[in-house]
Amino acid sequence: MQFELFDLAPLLVILPVIGLLVNILIGDRVGERGIGWIASLAAGLTFVVSLLLFFALQGHHEGATVPFLEWIRIGEFNVGWNFRVDTLSNTMMLVVSGVGTLIHIYAAGYMHYDVRYKGDPHSYKRFFIYLNLFIAAMMILVSADNYLMLFVGWEGVGLCSFLLIGFWFTKNPDGTDGHSNSNAAKKAFIANRVGDFGFLMGMFTMFWAFGSLNFGDVLGHGAVEHVSEGTILAITLFFLLGVAGKSAQIPLYVWLPDAMAGPTPVSALIHAATMVTAGVYLVARSAPLFHASHTAELFVMFTGAGTALFAATIAVAQNDIKKVLAYSTVSQLGFMVAAVGMGAFVAGMFHLVTHAFFKALLFLGSGSVILAVERGHHPLEGDGGHDDHHEDEHHDDDHHEVFDPQDMRNMGGLRKIIPTTYRVYLIGSLALAGIPIFAGFFSKDEILADAFLESQPVYWILTVAAFLTAFYMGRQVLMVFFGKPRTHAAEEAKESPPSMTIPLMILAFLSIFGGLINIPVIHPLTDWIEHTLGHDLVHATKFNWQVAIVSTLLALIAIGISWLIYGRKEIDASQPDPLQRALGPIFIGMRNKWYVDEIYGFLIIRPYERLSSFLAHQVDWTFWHDWFHDSGIAAGFRGLANFLANPVDLGVIDGIANGLARATKGSASALRLLQTGFVRNYALMVFLGVVAILSFLIFR
Amino acid sequence: MVPVSYYVALSAILFTIGALGVLIRRNAIIIFMSIELMLNAGNLLFVTFARSFEQLSGQVFVFFVIAVAAAEVAVGLALIVAVFKSKQSIDIDEVSNLRG
Repeated sequence: MQFELFDLAPLLVILPVIGLLVNILIGDRVGERGIGWIASLAAGLTFVVSLLLFFALQGHHEGATVPFLEWIRIGEFNVGWNFRVDTLSNTMMLVVSGVGTLIHIYAAGYMHYDVRYKGDPHSYKRFFIYLNLFIAAMMILVSADNYLMLFVGWEGVGLCSFLLIGFWFTKNPDGTDGHSNSNAAKKAFIANRVGDFGFLMGMFTMFWAFGSLNFGDVLGHGAVEHVSEGTILAITLFFLLGVAGKSAQIPLYVWLPDAMAGPTPVSALIHAATMVTAGVYLVARSAPLFHASHTAELFVMFTGAGTALFAATIAVAQNDIKKVLAYSTVSQLGFMVAAVGMGAFVAGMFHLVTHAFFKALLFLGSGSVILAVERGHHPLEGDGGHDDHHEDEHHDDDHHEVFDPQDMRNMGGLRKIIPTTYRVYLIGSLALAGIPIFAGFFSKDEILADAFLESQPVYWILTVAAFLTAFYMGRQVLMVFFGKPRTHAAEEAKESPPSMTIPLMILAFLSIFGGLINIPVIHPLTDWIEHTLGHDLVHATKFNWQVAIVSTLLALIAIGISWLIYGRKEIDASQPDPLQRALGPIFIGMRNKWYVDEIYGFLIIRPYERLSSFLAHQVDWTFWHDWFHDSGIAAGFRGLANFLANPVDLGVIDGIANGLARATKGSASALRLLQTGFVRNYALMVFLGVVAILSFLIFR
Repeated sequence: MVPVSYYVALSAILFTIGALGVLIRRNAIIIFMSIELMLNAGNLLFVTFARSFEQLSGQVFVFFVIAVAAAEVAVGLALIVAVFKSKQSIDIDEVSNLRG
């Protein structure tokens, strides 16, 4: 058989696995530099394989399915471990491995400091093992040829997310000992579990309706027409629940902001660029299913739009630099979900790609900012450029101080102090805000243009969300980089090393020019994905000048307003947010995340805790343990055992044995009287015996 | 000719005397002699019937009995000597170690 480039597909998973195995085996010997190289190389080679597959697809747009292993075969039901390479999955492969590689390189620099600030340098290896594991799981997810294999990847990335959010599982986010990080990890895992329930139910329903989980059987031509619309609606709504869990949509988005407890490269890789977009990919992949049910599309669309606006309002009032980005991510995911919900699958995927670029850039940039401030606050040995007095003062008792290097109120004026980070961050912000020529403008605009044609309410919701996006990004940039440094730490901040800034520059480049992949008029991405989804589902959206001008103007106005509030005059670190005066209680609501966590706590968690406490104390302990086991089974058994021991064993069994013994003893003591010791008596007995026997013989 | 019944009666009388001697007397020697008496009562019957039926096997049996009796006497007297050595008496009631 002729070798084809497509046959390389299994390497997508194998390479990162090799990387992590090598790190497990020899990671302790090669040192930090070696670990970073091995992990980055594994991710980089995965990217190379993705690129080769991309070139392979140039000649064969229809793609290929690469069988690797047979997995489950029960009668007609057949699930194989097959890799699907087509234009849609390849788009995801390129984004995941490409952005993933950059983040690996960045993390090699970032974690060098982070493990020292957390006081555990040995965790360096563990971090990169998890990171490679994540790449492997994500590759399984995007290259799956059936829903079950996709689910394996889906769970795999969920596991890595859990492991990495709780990476410093003995600490709080501020570095003190505590359980906040591990609680955040558990929250993410449990919220995703709810979503996974939906995914599983969707798969079960699909198996019931289609008898197969293979993409080819379910999504192929005409397959959906044999299934009733109600069933399709059930499947898609179950999938929507899964999407809400993984892609952080209402009502399950609450885990994502807490997931910022993980190290910043994790936030960038998993919780912004790749894993959380899995839900969008799932909907795009299942496009024929969702397209078949208009109700399902409406649900998906309004879920996405609602999330986009809701999360954007929360992002406006956050002070934690990463929390702003986290809610921004939730909001942007809402854009994507709304896009795929209204049938604009390409627009959703387009935004997914550009968002991966600029949100990874922003997160990594925020990591650079946080690290710069942390190093300004508490320099490590060998950092240089600080006076000894300062170090003595802060070295030992530093972890006890209340200083949050992620709080934007502790920053300010970093523009001049860390110029490289500032420049790339500004590019990322402009891309996210949707300023023309930057990547985010084109992708967001395509979504808005589709929404304009599809549904006016959704268009307006998304436009308001886009306005808020520009506002909170303006607020963030102004608070972090402009004005005067508000703390000593910000004054002493240090620029990050090249291993961190170079990936940032590459991402900045992509954030500027990423929009070219689906530039209006030519539509390369649309044509590319059309090969997979077919031209029924994919349509090139005409560039809508009205939409573009409105959104651009609104973005500029939002940035202007943010400058009026945050940029015009100096803000003190301790003073309340200036916006609070203007908005009053609305701002309080935004700052407290609309009390959603509290509402969930009141509606779900507290009743659930009460239920489990009831189950534990009343049902399990009082009823089951005390009553059923102790009073019922144990007491009953004790009674039975008593009965068997006393009357039965002692009375009957022992009675028989003792009676036998007594009878033997009695008869023996009676018989022993015969044993007189007089020979004559014995002789008489013999004589009488002989007489008796003879008489019997004679007289019978 | 003396009828057979006379011999049988004599034999019965001899056997009864022997049996009573074994059961009643306490002297080991006497008991021994009584046993011989019973054996000889048997011998008498053997001889009597051998003659009356004219078959020699009865007489042959008597020889065997006499031979066995001789051996028994040898063992029995040895026993009595041994008992006398340990008990300084041949009273058979003294030898009651096995009384229950």
